[in-house]
Amino acid sequence: MIRDAKLWTWHVLAGLVIFVFLGLHMLIMHLDDVVNIASLNPAGGHPIDWANVVARGKMIFFPVTYTVLLGAALFHGLYGLKNILFELNLGDGVKRATTVVLALLGLGLFVYGTWAAFASLALARSL
Amino acid sequence: MDFANVKEVTYRVRRFDPDKDRAPHWEEYRIPYAPGMTVLDGLWLVKELHAPTLAWRSSCRMGVCGSCGMLINGSPRLGCNTQICELETTTVAVGPLPNFNIIKDLVPDLMPMLETHRQLLPFIVRDDHEEMEKPSGEFWQSPEELEHYLQFSYCIKCGCCMAACPTCATDPVYSGPMPLAQAHRYNSDSRDNGFTHRRQVLEGERGPWRCHFAGECSRVCPKGVDPAKAIQLMKRELVADYFKLREQRCPARLAETPKGVARREGIPEAPAPTVR
Ligand code: SF4
Ligand code: SF4
Ligand code: FES
Repeated sequence: MIRDAKLWTWHVLAGLVIFVFLGLHMLIMHLDDVVNIASLNPAGGHPIDWANVVARGKMIFFPVTYTVLLGAALFHGLYGLKNILFELNLGDGVKRATTVVLALLGLGLFVYGTWAAFASLALARSL
Repeated sequence: MDFANVKEVTYRVRRFDPDKDRAPHWEEYRIPYAPGMTVLDGLWLVKELHAPTLAWRSSCRMGVCGSCGMLINGSPRLGCNTQICELETTTVAVGPLPNFNIIKDLVPDLMPMLETHRQLLPFIVRDDHEEMEKPSGEFWQSPEELEHYLQFSYCIKCGCCMAACPTCATDPVYSGPMPLAQAHRYNSDSRDNGFTHRRQVLEGERGPWRCHFAGECSRVCPKGVDPAKAIQLMKRELVADYFKLREQRCPARLAETPKGVARREGIPEAPAPTVR
């Protein structure tokens, strides 16, 4: 079994990844007036204008960063949830079951989210 | 509140006798008040005047032995170290420390805490067994090295921090602030080489990982130990160790006996060693 020292370390590192990538999201989507990265909004105007969304959808950078962010967010959130649940004085069997259910849930959502991110790339490139 | 004219105070004491009671209950007693009285002094008066069977633990009466940890007006404190007038009320509610089983009245069962403490090796661990068994001198330690653990060594094992810790309240697996802070106290002692032994426990569920760093333990600690800080430093050290970045150190060597110096006049001989 992976020991808590490792899980906690990755929990903190995942938090850092979320901080950086959500910061990037804020920069691109909400702070475009302050820091306008022209190549990410090539059509000009608002970042969620259709032309900009399609343009960004064609860049491999986005599905890759979405996948990393998704992995970090799922690990960070589900490990945090596991810790909250474990503090409720659960029995050993329930703890094991909780760990397995949360791990499977995380894995399932990660696979589904990754598929969706790359499917959107294919979709955008076909437009 | 001005205590100048206060002549009496009310003690609300949580009583529990496992031979008679099914659950703890509160009892009230009026006792005379005199300036300078501590909560512990008041308990002695309650025992003398009203409740001869009332049980609690105390010994030194000066905040040194760590016996008299109790819940005083909702806060874990030392009975002997708390003046009644500090409480700013004439009603003193005294209960046993939470997060421990009650043996009787105000006596908590500290054994689980002390057992965890024992498992985390709260002593100097070294590989030179010969020197540990038959010490031939003192280990060298600089004042800076002493500073690394000095604050944490003031712990008197009163259990107040454990009683205040929200994680201890719900999670019986969590080792708690006292044993963890003491494990860190020895891990950061330059004479010690026991980190890898303690790590076996600390890396797992019983380690510092469920600490929320709300700092309640440090707030209530009567000796200013700051166990929450020790726990965060311990996390840092264990993470550094995981990434193989922990500074490896050789435990302190024996200090050489000074040569060519004579005892100054008037300084008496040290007493004979107690450990042979
Ligand atoms: S850390 Fe402070 S509160 Fe906790 S046992 Fe030691 S002296 Fe008591
Ligand atoms: S800082 Fe950690 S050990 Fe201290 S009371 Fe909070 S959870 Fe408990
Ligand atoms: S009686 Fe010793 S600490 Fe209070």
